[in-house]
Amino acid sequence: MHIVVCLKQVVDPELPLRDFAIDPQTRRQVREGRPLVLSTYDENALEVALQVKDRTGARVTALALAPQATVGDQIRLALAMGADDAVVVDDPRGPDLLGAAKTPVLAAAIRRLGAVDLVLTGCESADWVERAVPPLLAEELGAACVTFVARVTVEDGRVVAHRQADEGYHVVEARLPAVLSVTSDEANRPRLPKVKDIVGAKRKPVQTWPVDALGVAVGDAGVDVLDVRVPERTTRCEFLEGEPAQQAEALALRLRDLKLL
Amino acid sequence: MANVLVIATVADGALSRSSLELVAGARTIAPAVGGGIDAALLAAEAADGAVEALHQHGVGVVHRVVHPLLATGQSDAYLAAAEACVRAASPAVVLVAADTVGREIGPRLAYRLGAALATEATGLEVADGTVVVHRQVYGGRAVATLAVRRTPAVVTVKPRALDAPAPAPTAGVVRDLPVQLADDALPTRVREIVREQAEVGLEDAQIVVSGGRGIGGPEGFKLLAELAQVLGGAVGSSRPPADAGWVPISWQIGQTGKTVRPLLYLAVGISGATQHVAGMAGARTIVAINKDPEAPIFGVAHLGIVGDYREVLPPLIAKVKALKGQ
Repeated sequence: MHIVVCLKQVVDPELPLRDFAIDPQTRRQVREGRPLVLSTYDENALEVALQVKDRTGARVTALALAPQATVGDQIRLALAMGADDAVVVDDPRGPDLLGAAKTPVLAAAIRRLGAVDLVLTGCESADWVERAVPPLLAEELGAACVTFVARVTVEDGRVVAHRQADEGYHVVEARLPAVLSVTSDEANRPRLPKVKDIVGAKRKPVQTWPVDALGVAVGDAGVDVLDVRVPERTTRCEFLEGEPAQQAEALALRLRDLKLL
Repeated sequence: MANVLVIATVADGALSRSSLELVAGARTIAPAVGGGIDAALLAAEAADGAVEALHQHGVGVVHRVVHPLLATGQSDAYLAAAEACVRAASPAVVLVAADTVGREIGPRLAYRLGAALATEATGLEVADGTVVVHRQVYGGRAVATLAVRRTPAVVTVKPRALDAPAPAPTAGVVRDLPVQLADDALPTRVREIVREQAEVGLEDAQIVVSGGRGIGGPEGFKLLAELAQVLGGAVGSSRPPADAGWVPISWQIGQTGKTVRPLLYLAVGISGATQHVAGMAGARTIVAINKDPEAPIFGVAHLGIVGDYREVLPPLIAKVKALKGQ
């Protein structure tokens, strides 16, 4: 069984607001000088892949579409956690592409890896949160699709997934190949790599494929990004002072005045 | 004349609220697109009340697909039914609710139609004759404005981002569309549906009491539940408690979880990460209780209490009870 995990590199979402800025030219977040990390849910996706590997001996390939010069630490983290292979599709536009634009490129890279049974991605990227790539990839690859999955098992050539739903969760069975988008759950908290694995990962090869060598053009989302801006905050917080009991009483009275009781 | 088509679904036998919100969005853009408003109604049973509600709010043609699989969260079935309706209606713009199923079928529908795609819209408008989509990016830190460059286009819209529209009755027709769906022919199958809904639906609650990492564990949520009960509200959470398994994931509010727009939002032990704020900033009144006076949640709150929730909530519950005469 071969599992591909798509990893995206983003500016740390926990970055203090004072360091957050939009580049007026690219209309994207300024990345220079900011810490880069794996997009939050991608680590959960990697963990799910590694859990399947632990149980079935599957081979796990980490795949990133990014400028090769910047993605090193993140792809090596995947190797340190237990991925068998790592591939970087080197595209300087990677971080700025909308999901519909990057999907054909990711799909071409996955096809080039040969027979793939499962493709796992984070359920959304921490930056643009389009939630578009996993379903688009499933269509592009002709694979089954299950999104917002927390737990995964593989049985008899089918995958069984717990999908987060508006009212609780669904247990969904899918045929292979399948594309699953992974959300966070206590069961898929990313493992911490051991020091020796971090050291070992530095010696493992990372394949780099120039995007042009894949023979596909980026897709067209059919939308233009006109503007990205930080909205001005207008709220002023009024603090209720005193001992806890006084604060509580003041709050209760305010809620009454606001006709909320 | 190309129409706007909304993908409508049924909840508890009636037209879902998010479908009505899509109709509101369609009414904003339909005049510029050049046509009227159609709906694709995907339902497990005839749902004549939902058809009537669509007509009452300005939808002309309702393309209806009725099939038992359309009650099961079976997204492949919804996709097939939606695709059949879209091909029958040939709309310029398709609006899909960004709920569990819609977040999956919106992009897949766009792929199959070769359509433009914009997801997670929080606002729709028309500028210079072009449909313009507003959406949050970077965990709610920034707002992006997208122009739809070609048609057809598929736009997914976040539930609770748009207000439900006022009635605008129109004479409409319903066209039943036969769609063949066989459970065993679809690539996925829903084996089981597990509900973990709060007593009061979180997204519909007028008052939400929400806890974050600062609650410290599942025990603390009992105190929040008690406060929610005396206030007549629902309990929610930010991401850390859901991640840690203290509360069901379905309680999670934020960019990843649910979007709520209650009259009152009480954020308890929540730091105010942008990811969370993206899901609750539309609340009328926001109250934050947090030990850390520097917590970013105070930047969006109207009323703030710096303190330990364990010391503040018990007297608050008692005072609210007293004021309500309980």
